[in-house]
Amino acid sequence: MDTLLQVKDLGFSYDGGRQIFKDINFEVLPGEIVCLLGPNGIGKTTLLNCLARLREPLQGNVLLNGADMADMPPRSVARVIGYVPQTLLPSFDYTVLEYVVTGNAPWLNTFEKPGPKHYQRAEAALEQMEISHLAQKPYTRISTGELQQVSIARAIAQQARLILMDEPTAHLDYGNQLKVLRLIKDLSAKGYAVVLTTHNPDQVLLLDSKTAVIDHHSIFHFGPWEEILTEELLSDMYGVPLRLIKVEGINRMVSVAPGL
Amino acid sequence: MLLLLGIFISLSLGRYSNDPIKVLNVILSRLGMNVPVDPTMDSIVFNVRLPRVLASVMIGAMLSLSGAVYQSVFRNPLVSPDLLGVSSGAAVGASAAILLGAGLATRQLFAFAGGILAVFITSLVPRLLRNRSNMMLVLSGIIVGGFLSSVLAIMKFVAEEQTQLASIVYWQLGSLASILGHELLAIFPVFLVCSTLLLLLSWRINILSFGDLEARTLGVNLRQVRTIVIICASLLTASAVSVSGTIGWVGLVIPHLGRLVGSSDNTRSMPLTLLIGAIFMLLIDTLARTITSVEIPLSILTGFVGAPLYALLLYKQRTRLE
Repeated sequence: MDTLLQVKDLGFSYDGGRQIFKDINFEVLPGEIVCLLGPNGIGKTTLLNCLARLREPLQGNVLLNGADMADMPPRSVARVIGYVPQTLLPSFDYTVLEYVVTGNAPWLNTFEKPGPKHYQRAEAALEQMEISHLAQKPYTRISTGELQQVSIARAIAQQARLILMDEPTAHLDYGNQLKVLRLIKDLSAKGYAVVLTTHNPDQVLLLDSKTAVIDHHSIFHFGPWEEILTEELLSDMYGVPLRLIKVEGINRMVSVAPGL
Repeated sequence: MLLLLGIFISLSLGRYSNDPIKVLNVILSRLGMNVPVDPTMDSIVFNVRLPRVLASVMIGAMLSLSGAVYQSVFRNPLVSPDLLGVSSGAAVGASAAILLGAGLATRQLFAFAGGILAVFITSLVPRLLRNRSNMMLVLSGIIVGGFLSSVLAIMKFVAEEQTQLASIVYWQLGSLASILGHELLAIFPVFLVCSTLLLLLSWRINILSFGDLEARTLGVNLRQVRTIVIICASLLTASAVSVSGTIGWVGLVIPHLGRLVGSSDNTRSMPLTLLIGAIFMLLIDTLARTITSVEIPLSILTGFVGAPLYALLLYKQRTRLE
């Protein structure tokens, strides 16, 4: 299968200061999920933002469908990559539909306004997220879990093939965390590639995905989680003892702390 | 429709005569109909009242629209179009002209130049500090505005009390009493071009109101769109203020009304805001010239009407605010 996103020797530092990360190499194929793990402040979000071209990397390139992203106009990047931020900070009470329809922006000229076709696309995205009933509600007055779905719906309306999510479960209760993981799994089954950051290694096991790890020596690891995640790596990365155990009855590996 | 009716009523009101039939006849005769005409009325309607009515409509529309745009771009419904120092710059410009003893035309030119210069300086600070965030622009606006109000204070301090100081104060309260036809012609192109551009960009302005990060991930050329939008809105404000003096409240209150009547979606609320602003200013200016035998400065009325209106709007929207 063709590579959707290719990261080559990527390195980043803020204003020429301390190197945040370097020598990052990995690929994302269509339909793949990649979980980005790492201790606080190691640069997970920064790496994600480099992939979304929200930040200019210091070294290396990000190739999108084989073309260097740095040479592409913002609109072309946005036609392939959708971004779901950690939190939305609504300022005006647009309805959910008015919000989701803005996903069409990269497909319209600067002076163009969305037409019936674009509203249909937004409605279809809401339907796919199973939140059509929210369409006319102000997006300032729905729950955080619903807001997360709205945000993903917009990436779908954007017709993005790669969706980047910055800690998609950060502000959700436990039930909604699992629902969002389920959504991510569904997106992947439909052919969307998803790259997300997370603080919880167990989510990698739940998603049964590839994982990219920046450990606390700033060394980058990438591959299927079975090959990358070990008790040593996890314990070293988070600075607390962690176990990887197969739980009989649910028949999956879990990452848990042995006790306090 | 409401606007046209308002214009007609306003044309009918004034010190000379308040007979709407006479006014109607005057208008009809100008349109080529054969009706009895009072020549004095004709002169008053077309040379005195009409420029003023058109000016109030245009200035109301300009201030409201630029207010709506500023509120969206700066993601803050409490922002008015002089956030980046347009009004204080224009006030300094106008005061400088007054101190130099210049005529009305020069005063307007100075006010316009002062307003635009102030916004330009405000936009320069983030560039110098290499931080192009919105927040930096707002803080820069506060710095420039604060500095300019001190400059204005010095000018008032050295102004000759009876004549110059009075002129400055009167200018700052806003008035359309001395409006002339050619001044309208001067600001009309600005109004037409900038309003059209802003209305065309209204959907992109929605996206700008999501904040920089979201706008960029949607592939919007942020710097380009934001620059066009801020330039247009500032030109509108500066042109309006240069002929009328500063008028408070309109740019702050009317956009709220527009969003309440329409929706938060700027493609719907911006045209409404423009229209409501025009009607509101027409009403205020008509009151200003008819309530008493002396002209009332506009800012006094916009404050008396605008502040309670704003309170009422906040009351209606109270559940939406957190």
